[in-house]
Amino acid sequence: MTSMATLSLAMWRGFIRDKMALFFIILFPLMFLFLFGGIFSDQGQSRSTLVEVGEVPLLSELPGGAKEAFEDAFDVQKSADLDAAIDEVRSGDVDAAVEQHGDDLVLHFSRADQVKAATVLGTVSSFVDGANVAASGQPPTYTLTPDQVEDDSLESIQYLAPGLLGWAIAMSATFGAALTLVQWRTTKLLRRLRLAPVSTGAIVAARVFVSLAIAAVQMVIFVGIAMAVFDLKLTDAWWMSVPLVAAGTLSFMAIGLLAGSVSKTAEGASGIANLIVLPMAFLSGSFIPLDVAPGWLQTVSTVFPLRYLNEGMLDVMVRGEGPAAAAVPIAVLLAFTLVIGAIATWMFRWEAD
Amino acid sequence: MGAVIQVQDLKKTYGSVHAVDGVSFEVNQGELFGILGPNGAGKTTTLEIIEGLREADGGTVELLGERPWPRNSRLLPRIGVQLQASAFFERLTAREQIHTFASLYGVPARRGDEMLEQVALTDKVDTRTEKLSGGQMQRLSIACTLVHDPEIVFLDEPTAALDPQARRNLWDLLGTLNDSGRTVILTTHYMDEAEVLCDRVAIMDHGKILDLDTPTALTRGLDAATHISVTADSLDLEVASALAGVEDAAYDGDSLVLSTRRPAPVLAALAERDALDGLQVRGATLEDVFLTLTGREYRA
Repeated sequence: MTSMATLSLAMWRGFIRDKMALFFIILFPLMFLFLFGGIFSDQGQSRSTLVEVGEVPLLSELPGGAKEAFEDAFDVQKSADLDAAIDEVRSGDVDAAVEQHGDDLVLHFSRADQVKAATVLGTVSSFVDGANVAASGQPPTYTLTPDQVEDDSLESIQYLAPGLLGWAIAMSATFGAALTLVQWRTTKLLRRLRLAPVSTGAIVAARVFVSLAIAAVQMVIFVGIAMAVFDLKLTDAWWMSVPLVAAGTLSFMAIGLLAGSVSKTAEGASGIANLIVLPMAFLSGSFIPLDVAPGWLQTVSTVFPLRYLNEGMLDVMVRGEGPAAAAVPIAVLLAFTLVIGAIATWMFRWEAD
Repeated sequence: MGAVIQVQDLKKTYGSVHAVDGVSFEVNQGELFGILGPNGAGKTTTLEIIEGLREADGGTVELLGERPWPRNSRLLPRIGVQLQASAFFERLTAREQIHTFASLYGVPARRGDEMLEQVALTDKVDTRTEKLSGGQMQRLSIACTLVHDPEIVFLDEPTAALDPQARRNLWDLLGTLNDSGRTVILTTHYMDEAEVLCDRVAIMDHGKILDLDTPTALTRGLDAATHISVTADSLDLEVASALAGVEDAAYDGDSLVLSTRRPAPVLAALAERDALDGLQVRGATLEDVFLTLTGREYRA
């Protein structure tokens, strides 16, 4: 027990004094959070630009609620020159131009961006339909009440933060285990400890303890900043992400141990760790949501522990599922740890030669 | 003063190479015992088998009456093994390193501070190990090895890779290690080091021990010539060659070197002729012993 505490302290000090490791494990994932958070932040409410040529009474005299909805959907510019406005539509500077002749509304748009075209057409015609219903003086027969199934605040950050956190934890646990093993073998510290009254269990336990502590620090900093800066909102069962992250850390450490067991040098070990962690991060939905990935890719991703960590964290942290949703991912992660850990133990060598 | 290390007919083979080929010796308590030989002679393998890091293919080892293989946890607190200067925890200061080792051996941290003092590192306690010089690292490494006051200390090439100045500084420390009755066994490929430090030296090559005795006995038993050199212009070469007892005389740079097995009359004759300018007398060294034993020059 004392040896474990002593070794943990020595490892922890070595870690917090390693500026390079701190950068890669703490700052690097945060940089990605800011990068992706910035890129995707406007996606949910993308507005179209509409030029009103001359007077368009239908749109400018919309009743209160409709007017507000219209201004949410469109950036409105005014112009008196129809030809210039159509040129702007053609060149893509604006999305559409609209003019009104009596009761007839003419919408000029471009098919160059089909999504934009459909949005503009649909939105403008819905306002025209609304105005028609209002002009008939009859109350509408049918109404539509939209209801989003996720939390109102479901923005891209909700998906990004758990995925990027999963990647950060995979990186630090894998590299931590791999590099400790290789470096200690190279400097003969491992042999030195073998000649001291220190059990192998104490060495492994100390490394696990330090990796769990590092993962906890990563989680607090990462989630804290995502909440403060990007308005991440956690759902009720978020606390289940703590055992999830712990189980994930163990499985990534097993991978790191394996990488450290098969390589002779630190360079070799970090090469192997990179070769595993980076593709795993992409294929497990850390950077891109897996929902849009083709079926075969989703199948491939099931071999990676990170996939289960990410899914589990999404379920309990942002999708609002109950604590039980984390049970299966935790079980799978622990099973990974046992299998890979057993292989790593079998491959383990005390000495470099 | 019984034997604390007993090695009987030790054998270790790597493929077709006999790294250790029938080595036997005993080391007594309080002795500073050296294994001298060129690189690849089998010194390190021998030491590693005795420490319990490797299993021998044949023969027996007893350390303080116990078998070191497989890993013997009763033995570990009683021995100290110094591996090489870099076997430290990364990014810890000298004090943190030795406190870590003290704690692993269940020794109070104060004892670590005393050891730093003993190896003259008190002004470097807050320096990270990576920033220490080679000699300072080696002294810290030895301090970490001694922190639990082991009965037997193993040092594998403790001065390798140090500059001559740092080597000689370290000798002062190494020479005191067995003062309090502790037994020290070290390997080296430096002849002068073995000669200065060791009570007894085993000369090893190709996995075998060629000879084993005190450095003085090894050289004395050699019947090798003593070399007397004086400045070249002190004496004519013919006169020198004709002196009683001189077996050979030759110029070596600006010196005249006389080889003899009876130095006393030669020195007297030189004094008589007032030809003692720049006098140097060099007896046989371990290098001559090695040359005689193997029939070839020493290659370190």
